[in-house]
Amino acid sequence: MSADTIAVHVNAEPRLLDPRVAIGDLVRQVVGDAAARGVAVARNGEVLPRAAWFDTTLVDGDVIEIVRPVQGG
Amino acid sequence: MSEEQPGTAGLAVPDTWEVAGMTLHSRVILGTSRYPSTQVLLDALEAAGTGLVTVAIRRVDPQAASAGESLYDLLTERGLQLLPNTAGCFTAREAVLTAELAREALGTSVIKLEVIADDETLLPDAEELLIAARELVARGFQVLPYTNDDPITARKLEEIGCAAVMPLGAPIGSGLGIRNPHNIQLIKEHAKIPVIVDAGVGTASDVAVAFELGCDGVLMNTAVAQAHDPVRMARAMRAAAIAGREAFLAGRMPRQWYAEASSPALGRINAPAWP
Repeated sequence: MSADTIAVHVNAEPRLLDPRVAIGDLVRQVVGDAAARGVAVARNGEVLPRAAWFDTTLVDGDVIEIVRPVQGG
Repeated sequence: MSEEQPGTAGLAVPDTWEVAGMTLHSRVILGTSRYPSTQVLLDALEAAGTGLVTVAIRRVDPQAASAGESLYDLLTERGLQLLPNTAGCFTAREAVLTAELAREALGTSVIKLEVIADDETLLPDAEELLIAARELVARGFQVLPYTNDDPITARKLEEIGCAAVMPLGAPIGSGLGIRNPHNIQLIKEHAKIPVIVDAGVGTASDVAVAFELGCDGVLMNTAVAQAHDPVRMARAMRAAAIAGREAFLAGRMPRQWYAEASSPALGRINAPAWP
């Protein structure tokens, strides 16, 4: 792992990312649209509010969950 | 929903009630899973006349994310309120994080709290359920807990501050109907919060029974989604809810062990013996 890369888990998948990547950039990658309604993010077991997505950069070892509503009972 | 529907003159339709700060015009709450197609789902929701539907909270699948309109948009564009669940959670900790994600994703503090014990029975784990309910109430959630049909657990959930209590009729997806109507009735008689039968309904008569017992709502999914004709079954559930609620409000006759003639005894004729 180079100094310019951090290792994180995104929805249980390991990823190597640039440390300057904001959570909002990651959401855009995964969801296709950082403004999509109904999406929520947890960082290390705590919800990260949408308003903070682009003010928060990833840290080595972060565990990120990106979720949305699906059909359920 | 405010206009009177044809053929329903005098019936309590629409039947407005409140739960967890939401005003609803139908007592049927539907799950959104296991339908043959998205179109059948949407048609069934409309046929059932429901205003509140459940959704699960899951990781975004990047492959599916770009394919078509999101479920969130599809449902909210139709004026439906979304009730997120914590399905699949086995611990209070998982359920609380799922509820927090749901609140962030959907902008609602109402949560259908499910904490199940195992994959085989999907029965609630009462101990974890109570821990999660207490924590979520403290965090400002309006908690609708899916619970066993146990009057004592229901009472504890009410004491904790839940917005309603949702006892099961039978295990999730079983379609076995209301296995212990006595317990459901006990729960309803003692509760000061709405009682919603959640899970176990198989067909329209099960819904009617729930409302005849005095329940405030019924939440179901598989009974509609896996019917041969889900849209028609949704319509049947709507009619059953109205019938059961009307019967409850009408007040049923007392049960008795022996027959009692409906026709008067006075004025009966005598027939001569046959030759």
